[in-house]
Amino acid sequence: MSAISPEEIKREFLKSKIGLAGVGILLILVIASLVTVIIIPVDTFKQWNNPSHWISFPKTSAPVWVNLSPFEKIPEHQILDEPIINFKKSGDVSVVNHQFNVNFEFDDFPNDFIYEFSAKYSGSPLLQMSVIRPDGMQLDLLSMSLPNSKTTITHSERIFSTDASIMKNLFLQREQFDFPIDKKSSEDVIFSNSQLHGIQKGDYIFLVNLYGVKAENEILDSRLIVGGKAFGIMGTDELRRDLAIGLLWGTPLALFIGIAVAIGSVVAGLLYGVYAGFKGKKVDEGMMRLNDIIYALPALPFLIILSVTISNSIFLMIGFLMLFGWVGIAKVSRSMTLQIKTKGYVEAAQMMGQKNSKIILRHIVPQLLPYAMASIAISVPAAITTEAGLSFLGLGDPTFPTWGQILHDANIYGAAPRGLWWWIAPPGVMIAITGLAFVFIGNALDSIVNPKLKKQ
Amino acid sequence: MGLKKFVSIRLITMFGVLMVTLLLTLILVGSNMDIILKQGIVFQVRSEITENPAIAKSFSSVKEFEAFVQDQTDQRIKAIGLDTPWYSPQRLGITMYKILILDFGHATFLTSDAGSSDVKDIIAEKLPRTILLFTTSTIIISVIGIYLGALAGSKAGSKIDRLTSTFAIISSSFPVWWIGMIMIFLFAFVWQIFPARATPSIPPSDPGYIVALLYHMALPLITIVLIGFGAWAFLVRNFMIGIMQEDFITAKKTMGISQKKIIYSHALKNAAPPILTILALSLSGSLGGAIITEAVFDWPGMGRLYFEAITVMDLPIIIGATYVLTVFFLISIFVADLLYGYFDPRVKTS
Repeated sequence: MSAISPEEIKREFLKSKIGLAGVGILLILVIASLVTVIIIPVDTFKQWNNPSHWISFPKTSAPVWVNLSPFEKIPEHQILDEPIINFKKSGDVSVVNHQFNVNFEFDDFPNDFIYEFSAKYSGSPLLQMSVIRPDGMQLDLLSMSLPNSKTTITHSERIFSTDASIMKNLFLQREQFDFPIDKKSSEDVIFSNSQLHGIQKGDYIFLVNLYGVKAENEILDSRLIVGGKAFGIMGTDELRRDLAIGLLWGTPLALFIGIAVAIGSVVAGLLYGVYAGFKGKKVDEGMMRLNDIIYALPALPFLIILSVTISNSIFLMIGFLMLFGWVGIAKVSRSMTLQIKTKGYVEAAQMMGQKNSKIILRHIVPQLLPYAMASIAISVPAAITTEAGLSFLGLGDPTFPTWGQILHDANIYGAAPRGLWWWIAPPGVMIAITGLAFVFIGNALDSIVNPKLKKQ
Repeated sequence: MGLKKFVSIRLITMFGVLMVTLLLTLILVGSNMDIILKQGIVFQVRSEITENPAIAKSFSSVKEFEAFVQDQTDQRIKAIGLDTPWYSPQRLGITMYKILILDFGHATFLTSDAGSSDVKDIIAEKLPRTILLFTTSTIIISVIGIYLGALAGSKAGSKIDRLTSTFAIISSSFPVWWIGMIMIFLFAFVWQIFPARATPSIPPSDPGYIVALLYHMALPLITIVLIGFGAWAFLVRNFMIGIMQEDFITAKKTMGISQKKIIYSHALKNAAPPILTILALSLSGSLGGAIITEAVFDWPGMGRLYFEAITVMDLPIIIGATYVLTVFFLISIFVADLLYGYFDPRVKTS
């Protein structure tokens, strides 16, 4: 092998379309990772396995952009937390009024609706909820008094659409509908036409009034959730987690795992191989036998055993992957070293009495660097897929939302039979895109280092 | 180095590797295994007492009862030799000796479909299925791959070359098991052509079992072939490009020998050593890589057995399966080495 200068590699690389495409994809992934790490609060990533963090999100809902299609519009999950607030006071009675405007233009009823609030009050104020529909009809949903308290307290509550008193109140207003409304859920009644059971599209206004006597009452957090079947850019999973966040966090994790394993194993393999080749004779023989043994160990079964018996921590996993990754590189760099060793300048350096470590680092390793760079790029996808595979089997680190982990969850909750394509497809596509970026770069480097492949 | 010496050194190394692998497995799994076995014995003793009211009544105090349980447990632990730790030379020696004479013993938890808990029976039942699926697909992959690769390599830079290379790079970036999930989603649920689970629902004794097995095999087979042949074609293409630049090919061309004959008889013959080596390696590699793929398709072979054994820590099966997988792997490396030496005399002398 002939030495290629770094400038030459750079020049050749810039000519290679496929290499530049790889760098382009990699750049996008790196930017995505940086944006994720900077913009998305680290909290979401720590909360990934905490179900209560995701409670207001819908279960297994499709990405919102499915509604761009000309077919049926799936109801979108709406979380409204900025109500229009009014405050009125006449005499002793004060009214806090929160108004939510819900634009409903979908072809199916919402799943449910939930009103979440925490109120600061004293005494026993009255909470009333009603809705004004697009056709002007006003329906009273609820009126209940909050638990009595002599001092000022903060009370939090969730009112679900399945609440018995909402059902009862609607039943009392059944005359307004031309069809029997008993046995229908409250959201099916509220969002229906009055003549015939079917969706009524338009703007709905949900009103919440808190009546108090003499007291200055307040509603602190006020949230209306209209449950739908579409949410977010990438949809949600069975545990209501926003898949967009999982996929985004997966990017820096995959890059970290892939690059750490690749660099670690290539550097280790390179040094091992160079040392064995340089020393030669018995040392070489012994080191190569050890290499043979590790080469012959079945890697995947061992990785599985290691993660089950020792630990499934992601950092140890990176170490385990390195343990099996360096072998091939050691073999090649040894045989390359054997060739370089015979070159005049190495022998000259030896005769001049230079230290072995200096000869290795100054004269041999630099010659192998182009090959090492190509090897690093080529080893990254394998590391990422192996980690994803282990995670998919349920042996990964559950505290990190890697792409393999997401696919593992998808498999467990039967995403394929249930047709939840947005749960299965994106993580795999991300794995493949990340792999492709490195394969492109690796192939471009490889064809520069081994010019035979490029000719003709 | 003579062939005899070469073979014997290789065989000794292989045997050493096999022993190291099994020893490593033992070391990793041993301690967990002992804890599980001891817990099993305590549970067994307690359930025997509760099932037999006569013994249960004979105790006057809780203390006496606990003492009896402890005594019984200790006796049984001693009887099967669990009182010495797993790393004691005595137990390690016995275990390694048993492995040497191919006595894997009985599985702790898992059984074969026929109900036998003998590790040999279980492996004898699962191994043919894995070979059936993965060896068949590897053969199909290599045939398509060699044909396409030779075609693409002989016309480097042509449309078919670029198409093959692009497909190879893209297909090898996807994990097989993920494509498996997508294939199951598409062809078992969206269009219900193939069954989603690869395990036939009828018992193996049924005469229609083979047909059912083949039908269930279709989806995993298509998936493995789809993902696999691109990389093969790419490899063969790269060898071919190298060979097509050699002088003797140019000479053959100028002699007026047809392009087809040059590609398929002269060039491919010269590319044979690396191709055969890779074939030997991938035949056995397919067995090891089967673990995740079998988990996705629920294929009742070695990979799934291995995974199940690890999740319940069934040491005899883990050892047995590791043995079989490692032996296959070593044999294929050996065969690959021999083939390489046979086709490329330069290797022998070095």
